Amino acid sequence: MTKSMQMQVEAINNGTVIDHIPANIGLKLLKLFNIQFVNQRVTIGFNLPSSALGCKDIIKVENVFINEEQANQLALYAPNATVNQIENYEVAKKLTLELPDQIHAIFRCPNSNCITHNEPVDSSFRVLTKKHDIQLKCKYCEKVFSREIVTEHP
Amino acid sequence: MVNSLYKKHIISIPELDRSQLESIVATAGMLKATPNPQLLKNKVIASCFFEPSTRTRLSFETAVQRLGGTVVGFDNDGNTSLAKKGETLSDSVQVISSYVDAFIMRHPQEGAARLASEFSNGVPIINGGDGANQHPTQTLLDLFSIFETQGRLDNINIAFVGDLKYGRTVHSLTQALSKFDNVSFYFISPEILAMPDYICEELDEAGISYSLHTSMEEVIPNLDILYMTRVQKERLDESEYVHMKAAYILTASMLTEARENLKILHPLPRIDEITVDVDKTQHAYYFQQAENGVYAREALLALVLNEQLSAGDTNND
Repeated sequence: MTKSMQMQVEAINNGTVIDHIPANIGLKLLKLFNIQFVNQRVTIGFNLPSSALGCKDIIKVENVFINEEQANQLALYAPNATVNQIENYEVAKKLTLELPDQIHAIFRCPNSNCITHNEPVDSSFRVLTKKHDIQLKCKYCEKVFSREIVTEHP
Repeated sequence: MVNSLYKKHIISIPELDRSQLESIVATAGMLKATPNPQLLKNKVIASCFFEPSTRTRLSFETAVQRLGGTVVGFDNDGNTSLAKKGETLSDSVQVISSYVDAFIMRHPQEGAARLASEFSNGVPIINGGDGANQHPTQTLLDLFSIFETQGRLDNINIAFVGDLKYGRTVHSLTQALSKFDNVSFYFISPEILAMPDYICEELDEAGISYSLHTSMEEVIPNLDILYMTRVQKERLDESEYVHMKAAYILTASMLTEARENLKILHPLPRIDEITVDVDKTQHAYYFQQAENGVYAREALLALVLNEQLSAGDTNND
């Protein structure tokens, strides 16, 4: 990260920095982690210049340390994002993102006739990787969706 | 005999392995030859149809009663207090499953049977159809009919005709037959109703041969099984439908080159995709296939509800 960018998005003392998010995906990630971020100071930068991505988003959250399982949920949206845990303004731990085998209770099933919409159960998908495609298979209705269809479903 | 189906939920065909499928088919054959009204003696089976399906329900309920069990349930949830009071399916299943030994259900929404299996406290759920998703006992009766007429489930040449895109029976039967050796698939449909990519990909990955066609006549001489399905008018626009009707209707005159052993299957109801002159040929098997639904369901229930089921248990002496 360059010095000028650190000035664009203020450094944090303790917490988590999610960097190298593709531009326009930052807002979706914020929504995804909304509950964990309640009452914490969140600083965000959208459409920042990035040598690797051209344009990127960044999210910094004070006093919240997202765990590996949570970080892996990010991989669906932003496989190349980096997640750093910060302590005393220093990077204390870098989390590498790996696609999880299962995704629970994050996305609604895009199949409007899936039983999960009417019942007191969490959605659950198995993550399938075929060559470079990532697909999600609903545990209940057994339909298979491309990653984008599930992640962009309201 | 070790019975791996004992107390198992029967939700989806891909979860059944080859030996389980063979065991159901073999048991169905034995029960057809020699009825046994003891296998479900003192068992109470729920038959809960959250949407109507006359053939499936009567076939299941006949199967239970032929094995000496009794049935409780309903044939249309619109008439039940569950629907009127707006109870969730999960609550209904928790309550009803506490009354019974097994729970047969049909539901208009996909995933209903899987959900039920999480709320039935171990009481086996038998999926009688969940929306457009799975209908495993249809596949079991199809497999039994193939085995009964061909004497094998390996080395079968089978064509599926009609609506291969939306027809869950053809998807499930393809997945089931993929577990057997050297099965060749011929998919015959209008392009707009072709087999979904995910099924073709599964076949590719398993190295199973299949071919796509738009006419039946070119493949009929190669076939052991011709599996016809109904194309629903609403799936196509008017001009496509008229064109399709000509290409995907089976008549007796198209069977002159067929092998002796060719049998024609259809999940029924048929509308006009098989003309009635086919009924009189030696190849027609769809009505026997429907009858086999009782034996396949008997076999499944017998295996799910009896820990030990030996050949001796499937006869009367």
